[in-house]
Amino acid sequence: MANFSSDIRPIIGRGPPLIARSFFLVVISIALMVGDHRYHYLDNVRQVMSVVVYPVQWLVDMPGRVTHWVYDSFTDRNRLRSENDALTVALRDANLDLQTLAALKEENQRLRGLQEAVNTVSDKRMIARIMRVDLDPLRHRVVLNKGQADGVFKGQAILDTHGIFGQVTQVGRYTSEAILISDPEHAIPVRVNRSGLRTIAEGTGSTAKLNLPFLTSEADIKPGDLLIASGLGGIFPPGYPVAEVTRVERSPSETFATVEAKPTALLDRDYEVMLIWYQPPEFETFGDADKKAPRADAKARKP
Amino acid sequence: MTQERIGWLRIMWTSAIALLLTIAPLPDAVNAARPDWLLLLVIYWSLNAPMLAGLSYAWMCGLLMDALVGTLLGQYALTFVVIAAVTHRFQLRMRIFPVLQQAVIVLLLILSYHWLLYVISGFAGDQYSSWLRWIPALAGALFWPLIVSVLDTVNRLSK
Repeated sequence: MANFSSDIRPIIGRGPPLIARSFFLVVISIALMVGDHRYHYLDNVRQVMSVVVYPVQWLVDMPGRVTHWVYDSFTDRNRLRSENDALTVALRDANLDLQTLAALKEENQRLRGLQEAVNTVSDKRMIARIMRVDLDPLRHRVVLNKGQADGVFKGQAILDTHGIFGQVTQVGRYTSEAILISDPEHAIPVRVNRSGLRTIAEGTGSTAKLNLPFLTSEADIKPGDLLIASGLGGIFPPGYPVAEVTRVERSPSETFATVEAKPTALLDRDYEVMLIWYQPPEFETFGDADKKAPRADAKARKP
Repeated sequence: MTQERIGWLRIMWTSAIALLLTIAPLPDAVNAARPDWLLLLVIYWSLNAPMLAGLSYAWMCGLLMDALVGTLLGQYALTFVVIAAVTHRFQLRMRIFPVLQQAVIVLLLILSYHWLLYVISGFAGDQYSSWLRWIPALAGALFWPLIVSVLDTVNRLSK
């Protein structure tokens, strides 16, 4: 008997042909992508999916959690003592700094009061742990162990003890995904602390480097300058350190200078980060200062 | 019927392991070379159990990847379906190839998979044109013989 089909599977019960089926699924996928990218209809779907994959993340994260716990439980007395001493010293220094800071804050509030634009970071903050989960190596994203159930919202700013870490991009039920300031898709509005110059710092894909592409050759910036968040864009609270300028290259033939900076936050070594609730002052229309994160922008302004 | 259910179970738990491997933390040096475990698995099951692991299975796997990695929803779903469709189309030819020849074809499949992802991320406006993007394809092809032998063993033992 001649075999008319190259497929040995039975003809009855085979369903529509391969091409038709794959076409159908491809169309659904494209619809999903368009819906997700252009209209953000699918936040609810994402929520559900995040619950579905949560066990996977939880399981993968477990060894890290266990080793951390074991390490904590079995550190010896000497180590704890030396750690305690170091922390006492650090706390004393911090308290000394705080004394002058209180007066400065008071003065600053008064001066700003004249302008009627007082930025406030509310006292509410929350510690989140970075789950030991590897996402795409080309993108600097992390999964945090706090989600919608804990009040996390899209576009929430994340700090660590040394500076600005990133912002929340997706909120799941029990977890959320955050983008680091070093991700090539991320840009953060900054100010040079010394000169007050405002610009934008873009991620490069390396945790040790940010790029400042919009500075002219005459810009008042030099290596060692501290970049702080400018608060434009309404996502990051102003005044927190972002990066330190490491390289400034001015060539007479170029309009723009090549400026690089190193993030102050320990982007690749953090275990715990802090989510903060920051209420930016009301602006009517503001454009997209966080130009590449417009999605996050929309919700952050009215949480 | 029960035979089918057992087959389904096997596909499910192997896919679950592949998902775990997809996000398991690795040292930075080898992280970029992480094979696309789930895709390799989808190719394997499309070759060896085409009746069970059809296109909708591939699509679901892709959707899970989307949720897990947090990319544009549907991006992995689409690429998984396309790769699975090609595999189904050439399934009868591919399964009689020796494993090394299969590995070469798998390499081509994964390369086209990454190319598709690259194109899609280009449409979405976030393209990373790093050459590191192509390493997982090579790693996947290298791991293919291992995957085939492990899963063949599993299949033989559970018969």
